[in-house]
Amino acid sequence: MSVPILRRGELLIATIQSALSDRGILELRDELVARVGQFRSRGIVIDVTALDVVDSFVARSLRTIALTARLRGAETVIVGIQPEVAIALVQLQLDLQPLRTALDLDEALQLLRRRTAKRNGDRG
Amino acid sequence: MEAIQADTAQRRSDAPAIDSALLRELVAYLRQERAALREEWASRITDAHLLGVMAPDEIFSETMAVYDTYVDALETGSVEALQAYARDLSERIIPRGVETHEVLGIVLLLRDVLARSLFVRYESDPALLARVLDSYEPAANRIAVTVGVSFVDERERVIREQQAAIRELSTPVLQVRDGLLILPIIGGLDTGRARQLTEQLLASVQALRAKVVVIDITGVATIDLTVANHLVQTIKATRLMGATAIITGLSSEIAQTLVDFGVDVSMIRSVGDLQGGLEYAERLLEHTVPLDDDEASLAG
Repeated sequence: MSVPILRRGELLIATIQSALSDRGILELRDELVARVGQFRSRGIVIDVTALDVVDSFVARSLRTIALTARLRGAETVIVGIQPEVAIALVQLQLDLQPLRTALDLDEALQLLRRRTAKRNGDRG
Repeated sequence: MEAIQADTAQRRSDAPAIDSALLRELVAYLRQERAALREEWASRITDAHLLGVMAPDEIFSETMAVYDTYVDALETGSVEALQAYARDLSERIIPRGVETHEVLGIVLLLRDVLARSLFVRYESDPALLARVLDSYEPAANRIAVTVGVSFVDERERVIREQQAAIRELSTPVLQVRDGLLILPIIGGLDTGRARQLTEQLLASVQALRAKVVVIDITGVATIDLTVANHLVQTIKATRLMGATAIITGLSSEIAQTLVDFGVDVSMIRSVGDLQGGLEYAERLLEHTVPLDDDEASLAG
């Protein structure tokens, strides 16, 4: 099943609702990166609250999405990582440094708004 | 001589019956000699400088009770009452600092005192003495093991309880204001406690919607490599939850240890003391400094 992607102004919001297959996460990646160009989005929020388990493939793919989208001009924020998932991800010893995270959607929107404002400020 | 041989043959055929008859006689004798033997035992305890923390009259009343329970256990072969008594006694004397070797020492002393009195009584008849010892020794050994094990079990239970209490006490997560938590860590950190701490911290971040967490380790004297790595993992996991962790109060020894171990310190935000850490946290919350410092690594 595919992940719904909502567009809200300059943002894309993807809510992962159930465990994703490897194929599913790759589809999400392609879809998001394509839409960033299509809608000239400045931010992506990926909500993983529903995930009890995040394997290394999904984690790596999230990192790829963040890096790729960044090259296309959009910031990615992952929200809703559960405590157990956070511990497990750290123990996988992946380089998740590029992943920006926030507690929930609210926080993510604030974070992106701040960053966009800062960037616009820098420009002006 | 013949009588003894016949006796031995009979003993082989139905050993338990004879043993129990002997044991009964033995128990009756020990009861009868109770006062003298108990006295002897108490003086041996004092001579051996055991139970130094207890007053003489305390030793007197405990030895009295132990003697009776001991003889009862010999008689019935059931160690349950003795076990219960040993546990109860341990509960009373452990907090006062009585050591395992003392408890084992006094039980073995009693065993020796009683054995010695049996020697004296059956001196004239070595064959009978051998049989008496045959039935006495296994029972006495079993009693010694029971008391020793009960004491050690009780000690371990007390230690486990104390460890649990310390764990409970020592990892409070405090909310200072909206979005700001403090985790003061006091005392030694081992792997178990470090893990528990991480879980508690992450759960609090989620429940209290924290954005900044100040982990103060002023009260931690030393850490080992495993715990150091665990601390780093905690910081990373906190970040994945969308919060920023600040470490304060790193002693020079611990800082040295982290660097010597080659722990990845690049991602640790560290401030000298708790006060500085809180000030930094306030600035982070007001966004006068960037919450995420990963721009550089992202670009690189």
